[in-house]
Formats: sequence, structure tokens, C-alpha cells
Amino acid sequence: MTEQSPALRLEGITKTFPGVKALDDVSFAVMPGEVHALMGENGAGKSTLMKVLGGIYQPNAGRIVVGEEQAVMTNPLEAKSKGIVFIHQELSLAEELSVAENIYLGELPRKRFGMVDWTTLYARTDAILDKLKVGFNARTRVGALSIANQQMVEIARALTVDAKAVIFDEPTASLTDAEKVVLFDVIADLRSQGVGIIYISHRMEEIFKITDRISVLRDGQYRGTLETAQTNEDEVTQLMIGRKLDLSRNASHHELGDVALEVRGLSCGTLYQDVSFEVRRGEVVGFYGLVGAGRTEIAETLFGLRDPSAGTILMDGEEVRISSPVDAIARGISLVPEDRKGQGLVLGMNCRDNMTLPQVDDLKAGPFVADGAEIAIFDQYRDKLDIRTPGWKQMVRNLSGGNQQKIVIGKWLSMHPSVLIVDEPTRGIDVGSKSEIHNLIRDLAAQGYAVIVISSEMPEVLHVSDRIVAMYQGRVMRSFTSDEVTEDSLIQAISGITPDKVA
Amino acid sequence: MKPGTLSSFLKRGAIWGFIVLELIFFSLAGEFLALSDKAFMDLDNMLLLLKQSAPIGIIAMGMTIVMINGNIDLSVGAIFALAAIILLDSLTWPIFAGLGDWVIPVSWGMALLVGVALGALNGLIVWKTGVDAFIVTLGAMLGYRGLVFMYNGEQPTSHLNWTLVDFAEAQFLGLHTATWFLLAVTAAIWVLMTRTVHGRNAYAIGNNREAAVNAGIRVGPHMMINFMIIGFLAALSAVVFYSESGSVNPNDGQLYELWVITAVVLGGTRLTGGAGSVISTFGGVLAIQLLRKGLGHIGADTSTVNLVIGLILIAVLFLDRQLNVKGKEELKI
Repeated sequence: MTEQSPALRLEGITKTFPGVKALDDVSFAVMPGEVHALMGENGAGKSTLMKVLGGIYQPNAGRIVVGEEQAVMTNPLEAKSKGIVFIHQELSLAEELSVAENIYLGELPRKRFGMVDWTTLYARTDAILDKLKVGFNARTRVGALSIANQQMVEIARALTVDAKAVIFDEPTASLTDAEKVVLFDVIADLRSQGVGIIYISHRMEEIFKITDRISVLRDGQYRGTLETAQTNEDEVTQLMIGRKLDLSRNASHHELGDVALEVRGLSCGTLYQDVSFEVRRGEVVGFYGLVGAGRTEIAETLFGLRDPSAGTILMDGEEVRISSPVDAIARGISLVPEDRKGQGLVLGMNCRDNMTLPQVDDLKAGPFVADGAEIAIFDQYRDKLDIRTPGWKQMVRNLSGGNQQKIVIGKWLSMHPSVLIVDEPTRGIDVGSKSEIHNLIRDLAAQGYAVIVISSEMPEVLHVSDRIVAMYQGRVMRSFTSDEVTEDSLIQAISGITPDKVA
Repeated sequence: MKPGTLSSFLKRGAIWGFIVLELIFFSLAGEFLALSDKAFMDLDNMLLLLKQSAPIGIIAMGMTIVMINGNIDLSVGAIFALAAIILLDSLTWPIFAGLGDWVIPVSWGMALLVGVALGALNGLIVWKTGVDAFIVTLGAMLGYRGLVFMYNGEQPTSHLNWTLVDFAEAQFLGLHTATWFLLAVTAAIWVLMTRTVHGRNAYAIGNNREAAVNAGIRVGPHMMINFMIIGFLAALSAVVFYSESGSVNPNDGQLYELWVITAVVLGGTRLTGGAGSVISTFGGVLAIQLLRKGLGHIGADTSTVNLVIGLILIAVLFLDRQLNVKGKEELKI
């Protein structure tokens, strides 16, 4: 790509909000047929930059050049017509409409009197779907598709225009490994057609697998572009956070305590069957598997959100029945849920109220809430977990993902649980905060908590766990100690390959 | 100044600014247009205004907590009418004849109990069936109104008890009985929502129900308690008002639910729940009553009043939305 002109070029883009410089003189270029990663911690300015590209925000300075022409965009439709197309992390599809209607939403081909030209619509859609090699057709109802296939619909939508640059924003966040492969094929296809691709992701393995170059933002400033083939994770991370990161394995060096939680033959309909395991005090047990392997459902059962169809749960050797979160909390089981904002936090409340939510009733003084006691608890756990917030009155919605997660963790720690279940502890959290959360989980184990970590990221599971339980389609395939586990054996286990079959 | 401070100040203070604006406008306009010589901001007039705010205002306090909790109650007007009938009718029941004036607390108690019971029924259905509160209370609105008509047909129910009328018309420290009830209810609900566990949990449930469940909060009982409170307050509003007027038509209290919701929404409580303030609702109640009274003062008829209030409601919510959107953009970086 020597003398070619870039598919998309940014020159000195600056965007300020009252009191904040969200983007400061950002310049880089994406060549046609290039997969260009854009990386940065949360708050580094990626989303703002995307909104500028999408015509949602107007830059205060700088210009955007598509192909040879300067592009000025005042709304998303204009951006699309200039050939800049987005595949968003959060899908925006009308579930009750067909695939074809979704793809051509707002620009349905018409006959006379404004009637929809269904024949043309379905023909055009099927032509695009053929290119993507997907297993559904133009008439399928979008609501009936899997998340991965819905994403394909979004991609198909992007292909209806003559796209110069396609921007993928965390496209693999909710995909299984198999679905990722399909997505990467599609991206490779686009690239071979000479489209410039901006790929935004926090996941290093993906970045190194599919991108050609990596541009990094930090604090709204452009920090440089690296050739993917000539760099490594450490260099990129350092550029992103301005320091080095330790991601080695981390088994316990302390003595393990008694068995805090034991599960025998637990089943829940078709979601998971005959699951048995135990967690000791001071131990981190990692649950690894593909999306849909039944890990989250086990956590929900232990927390009283689902009734098991068979099996027993024992705490400290005594059989218990947990039929609601109230029971679970009373027994000392806590859950840090997968969807932090949807299930863990009350976004419209302040930090303190979120932290003390499960125990306002225990803390109350007479009929009234105990403000002082609550602030004391907040202060204690803010210091303990290093939560960065101006004060307890700050609304949690204004905190970064990492700090929000610490509020959820602090909420449970302040209740002194015996078992802490953490589902996807670092989903959507930037690299710097990630390692903080990991260290925190290790610390908690060292303090004697029994911790269950559910994660879809292998490096994370390997990093924090003393033992790893590998699941496949609702069953425990194998349990590894941190000494014996290898990446290969783990991948085989979660893909349904047992050691016997291999041998 | 931090981004968002100005807009959040405007949002919180908006209703009081609006009230001041109304006072100025009606005082000035009154100079030229008024039918009487009396100034609009005459003390007696203002005291009367507070008293007239009471029926809607007392119910609005209940609606505030129900809406913060993420629900709504459309049956308050019907509960209001039914409680009024129970009050006035039971005063004449032969079995209470021997009680003398002691029948008054008994009748009050019965009317209030009916309110609590109907509210509890609403709450129980919402809790146990999971059907949306809008639908449940829409049904209840029709059903309870049906009970009102079954009671006495199209006939008004009337009874004047002079001890009761004297109590209702009394003024203590210049304020009417109804005003005292309004102030007491406002204070009580304010304490409930800001100082108690129930209030805190109501906000949490309204804001993110799933997170509240995951924090071990029993969502159902909290919602049911709130429906009982609003049922009680709808009945209390009726009891206070009809102690004085002594006659209730089966159609009384119709559209009250909409006036109440208008006041609550004007005060800034969100229809989706999770945010809102009792004090602002009080402002919303005053603002509406000021408009009705002020427009009457300068000679507008009822239909004009309704038109203007409708327009202002939409304008206020539009403004609120603009401020909200602006606040969000400033924060999202």
C-alpha cells in the first residue's frame, strides 16, 4: 500500500466539551484493504472519535477525508452515504421485522403509490446474504436469529452502500469462538475487496490475529501507530496505559481452608446437568467455557435466581436450600453479575447508596436510614478497593467501568460473605483496570474468601484461578489444577473433546 | 462550574421558578383584566389556594412514591369517590346512632380502611400476576367506579354533620384544616422517601428492578405497601374534602388521576420511575392550582384553563427533555 491514497484519513481532529478536551489533534489514516485496530482505555476518546466519524458530533477542528474528498457529516445517514459504515457493539435491529426489512430500513425499494417492492427487496437482500455465506434468508424474522447472526444482518446492512470504511466496535463482545471465526472470515472478505476497516476491541488476541496496524489513543490524544507484525502485547499495552502490565499466572501461595461450598449433581432442566464441584476458603475456582455452556446459569442457581431440578448444595458441609437472592445473601453467597449496569447497579443512585443497597435495612437506626454508618462503610471500601470517585454523592453512572465493578464488589464485601461469585469480572473494562480487578480477586482469596470466577477469556481464567472447571454444553468436562492446565487441554475440554477421545 | 450543574439546578428549581413566574404574571395581568378589585396575591386568596390544592395534593404525594417505584395508579379518582360515599353514608347508619359525634372517627376510619384495602388489592394483583400497573389500575379504575354506582345509582349521597363541618372549616394559625392535612402528608411522605429504608428501596426498585432483586430487596411487598399508601391517601383526601361539602356525586373524582399525574410530572418525577421528589410534587400541585385560580382571576373559563394547562404540561416536559439531553451530552465523553 505505497502510493495508494487512504480509504479514510483523519487530520487534526479536535473535539471539546465544556471543561474537557475529549479529542486533541487526532490524526491517522486507514488504507484500503487494511484492518486497522483502534485501541485505548475506556475514556481515551474512542467513542467520541466514532461519533465524530458517524456525524453525531461535529469536530471543533480538523477534517475527515474519505478517498480523495473532504467529508463533512452532520448526521449518521450522511456518514453512510459518504461510505463510512458502523457495525455497533449494541445491535440496533427491529426484532419483529424480517432480515430484508431491517437491512433496507428507511430505504425500502418502492413501486408506484408508495407500495413496497417486495420482489426487488428480497432479491437484493439475498444477493448480499449470499456474499456473506450465512445460513438464513431475507424473509427470516430477525428476532429468531442468534446474536451472531443478528450481527451479520448489521454487516449486510453496511454492504448495501459502497462502503469505503467499515468500523467494527467491539464486534466479538457477545460471540462464541465459532461465531468469531465466521466474523473474521467476513472481515477478511471485506478487506480483499479493498475496504478500509477500523477494528475497535479490548481483546489483544483478536487484534494480533486479524489487524495490520494498531493506532492507540490515550487521554484523547493520538499516541502512535504500530505495525501489528512488528510489535507485541506489552508494547501496545504500555502505549495505552503508559506503564507495564503483569499478566503472569498466579496460583495461591497460601494454605487453603475448609470446603465452603459444595455442589453435588446439580441440574437445571436443559441448561446444565449433573454438575459437581467444591470451593475451599482461600481458593479461586474459574469456570471456563463457551457462551451457553451453562456457567452463568449455575451462578444464578447458587444465588437463588433459578430453581435447580435436581442435586444438592452444601455450605460448610450442611445442605441448604436457596430459593431467592434473599436466602443466598443470608447464607453468605454473593453474586457480581455479568451485566454490571443491568443487573448489578442502580445507575441513577449515588455510590454510597449502591454500595449499601443490600444492607440498608440492617444498618437502619430506628425507622430511619443510617447515613453516618453508610458513609463509613463506603469510605472503608473505597479505600480498600481504591475506588476512584470524587465522593459518595457521585452518581455511579458517571464512573468508569472498572470503578463501577469495584462498587459492585465492595457492595458484597461489606456484607462479609463466605462465597463470592464473579461473572465476567472484566467485561467491558479497560486494560489498566482489568489487572486491578484481577489482583483484587487474588487478594480476596488470600484473605480467605471462597471465590468463583466465570470468564470467557482464557488469559483471565488462567491468571486468576487456582483450579479451573471446564464446561461444555451444560456439563463439567474436566477440572484442572493450575499446575496441570495447558491452553490446549483447556480448549479441547470446552470444545467437548475428552482426553480419552484424543488419545 | 462542573458540566451539568447548571442544567441540574434548572431542573430541580424549575417548578419554583415557574410558580414565581405565574405569581408575577397573574398579579400584573390581574391589574388590568381582573373581574374583582382584589389583588391576586391577597393573603386570603393565597390561603384559599392552599386549601383548594389539598384534594389533588394529598393524592399526588401518594402518586409520587408509586411513580418513583416504577408503577402508576389510575384508580385514585374512583377510590376517592368510594371513600367519600362510605364516609357520608356510614355517618347515618342506624347501628352507629348511639355513638353521637363519636361516629365521626368511626366513619373516618372506615373510609380510610376502604382506601387501604382497595390499594392493597391493586398492589397484590400487580405483585402476584406481574401485569403492568397501568393495566391493573386501569381495570381497577373502571371496576371501583362501578362499585360507586352500584352503591347509590345515579343519586348523590349526602349528609351534613355540623361538628364535622366545623372541624373542616376551622383555621389554625391562619391555615385551613385541609391545608394542614396537605402539609402533614407532604412532610410524612418526604420523611418516608428520604429518610427511611422503604423510601431508599422504592427509588432503587424504580431505577433498576433487576439490580434491586439481586441486592436481596423484596420488590413485591414494597410495591404493595406503596399502593396501600396511595389508597389511604386517596381516601384521606376524600374524607377531608367531603367532611366539609357533605355531598358526593357518583361522578366525583373523575379525571383526578390525570390531574394528580400532571402535578407529579410537572414536579419532575419520571414516568419510568427511579427519580422524583416529594417537594417538587408539592410545587407541581401549587403550580396547577395557581394556574386554575389565576386564569379564573383574569376571566378565563374552565375550558380555556384546561387548554392552557395541557399546553404548559407539554412545554414543560419538552424543556425538561432538552435540559436532560444537554446534560447527557456534556457528561458522555
